[in-house]
Amino acid sequence: MKITFPHMGNTYIAVKAMLEDLGLEVIVPPKCSKRTLELGTKYSPESICLPLKINIGNYIESIERGADTILITGSCGPCRFGFYSVIEKEILKDLGYDIDIIVFDPPDGNYKEFINRITKAVNTNNPIKILKSFNRGRIILKEVDRLFQFSNKKRAYAVNSYEVDKIMQKFSEGVLKVKGVIETKKLIKRIFKELEKIEVDNTKRPLKVGIVGEIYTVIEPYVNLDIERKLGHMGVLVDKFLTPSRWVEHNLTLGHLGLSEERKAWKAAKPYIRTLVGGHGRETVGSAIMYAEKGYDGVIQLLPFTCMPEIVAETILKTVAKDYDIPILTLIVDELTGEAGYVTRLEAFVDLLKRRKEERKFERVLSRS
Amino acid sequence: MSCKVGIPQALLYYEYYPLWKEFFTELGAEIVLSSSTNKSILNAGVSSCVDEACLPVKVFHGHVEQLKNKVDYLFIPKFISVCKKEYLCPKLLGLPEMVKNSIDDLPTIIDVEINLIKSNSNLHKSVIEIGNYFTSNNKKIDLAFNKAINRFNEYKKLLANGVIPIEAIKVYNKYINSITTLKNSKYKILVLGHSYNLYDEFLSMKLIEKLQKDNMKVITPDTVSIDKINYYASKLPKRMFWSFGRKIVGAAFYLIEENAVDGIIYISSFGCGLDSVLIDLVYRKAKKFKVPFTLVTLDEHSGEAGVNTRLEAFVDMIIWRDSNENNISTHG
Ligand code: SF4
Repeated sequence: MKITFPHMGNTYIAVKAMLEDLGLEVIVPPKCSKRTLELGTKYSPESICLPLKINIGNYIESIERGADTILITGSCGPCRFGFYSVIEKEILKDLGYDIDIIVFDPPDGNYKEFINRITKAVNTNNPIKILKSFNRGRIILKEVDRLFQFSNKKRAYAVNSYEVDKIMQKFSEGVLKVKGVIETKKLIKRIFKELEKIEVDNTKRPLKVGIVGEIYTVIEPYVNLDIERKLGHMGVLVDKFLTPSRWVEHNLTLGHLGLSEERKAWKAAKPYIRTLVGGHGRETVGSAIMYAEKGYDGVIQLLPFTCMPEIVAETILKTVAKDYDIPILTLIVDELTGEAGYVTRLEAFVDLLKRRKEERKFERVLSRS
Repeated sequence: MSCKVGIPQALLYYEYYPLWKEFFTELGAEIVLSSSTNKSILNAGVSSCVDEACLPVKVFHGHVEQLKNKVDYLFIPKFISVCKKEYLCPKLLGLPEMVKNSIDDLPTIIDVEINLIKSNSNLHKSVIEIGNYFTSNNKKIDLAFNKAINRFNEYKKLLANGVIPIEAIKVYNKYINSITTLKNSKYKILVLGHSYNLYDEFLSMKLIEKLQKDNMKVITPDTVSIDKINYYASKLPKRMFWSFGRKIVGAAFYLIEENAVDGIIYISSFGCGLDSVLIDLVYRKAKKFKVPFTLVTLDEHSGEAGVNTRLEAFVDMIIWRDSNENNISTHG
């Protein structure tokens, strides 16, 4: 069995290590590229949201490399993501691929079926072994999140921000060469050390921007045109409300309970939106408010074209921006999004934030005299 | 003094209007209905709503604009779920919030939550909550709602007898006095889509009426029996968690598999998230069973001429196909 799964930001690092520990042969889909998107767009329903198109591209590119089993997660609505697995199966079947698809839907009361699927996927029915590697996978995911968070910070303070890119490039190449959890962990440690050595200028007072929105767009760099890096080089300190580890916690483990961070976001969002709207719509509103309260200079909302929950959030964010006096930029991506226009909008936004910050400083000086 | 409750003639109006109308009237409120969709409503909606929203949500905003200065209350319930383990579209889940954050100077919005995701018993709570806007007498509310339900069931009986809502609701509103007599047409066309796209005659450019004039018998998901819908929807490899999705897919699968339609026209609106999934499911099934399928996507710039041409070609194809038994391609 040669197992593969769709890309979603850095999740591949943990999933790969975990499955390898269980003794499986893993085929990581090639990094998302123009070809991935083109393949996906060609074979997916035209008006479906972008993440599905990229998934399809990932599968095809993995199958080309010999994958015969796909592992995916699901949900039970209300957003379209819950029906991805059904459509994806049909598409691959119609393309004539002979491939097994194993779906981990959140156990809808049926735990036995859930466990069955896991045993099928990982080829062992030793629950302790499974739980153990699952836990270690989660730890890796958290470590990777920390690493990327740290690299973002470094970029904002570094004397030469491009040094960060070089080291992170080394990381993504290295990750494909190591095997299993232990080696991956070691690699992460090494990269941390290298990042630490980068020379920083602590007199810098970078702008702070929070990124909110639809999870896939927020964490998959190909889709968001590497927004963290771009902002980092513009001297912006970036924070993301949603990260792969939070997503996993939410979807596979504690989804129904609501994590404390998520709870906090729901609470913050409450005056504007009382109920779920699917996807991460409510979290988007809540986390934008939380960024405003923490004194961030601006917020960026990311969403794929026609993403339903985020359209609700977008409407509400207009009021939030007014009420909290914080600029919020909404960026919508689809297969037609061009790099040039995107960068221009980002630059204009950062300029606006800079100007505001200066003006405020100035106001303060005057009012003191 | 009776107070005025505004009901926008958009979105779920086509599903539940008769129910709410009876209920509010029983409670002594006066109903103010927005006019049927027209150009100025569409324009008002387009300019007040975010660009990314789908057409029917924009149109809804236009109806709210038309009503907002004429009423004491606007009835925009927060529909989350109308059936156990099922949801409505995320945009309906957030509809009251979208309206409040897009339109200024609104009257009081009755945005009571309707959420039957876990069980039906929540409905009673919601009904009382809505009723409490008009009276604190809960008994009176219960009574009014029971009456309303009875009337609503009669309305649904009309649908079950093959009267499509567009006609049933007309009878209801006494716009016309008799239902267009059902002709016994040779050809049956299934017109699929969300009720607010199908039955809004402005948005759909009277597509249903045109088909009927062409002597086609029109079937819509509303006229298919619930049992059939549920049975065929349950054949999906995964539970369909959208109630309207279940209705659309279940009805389509039933009619396709039972060989009971000659063609399918799916009316969708640009930017509809659910439709992108539903169309795909129905299209694949239709293809497999060789049932002609065509998609009409509405947006704020759709031209009637283009739609008419498509429609004519489709109807011609079905008639031609019938006279040439060994049909060749059904999908262009
Ligand atoms: S959250 Fe948005 S992008 Fe993701 S599946 Fe749902 S509608 Fe599509």
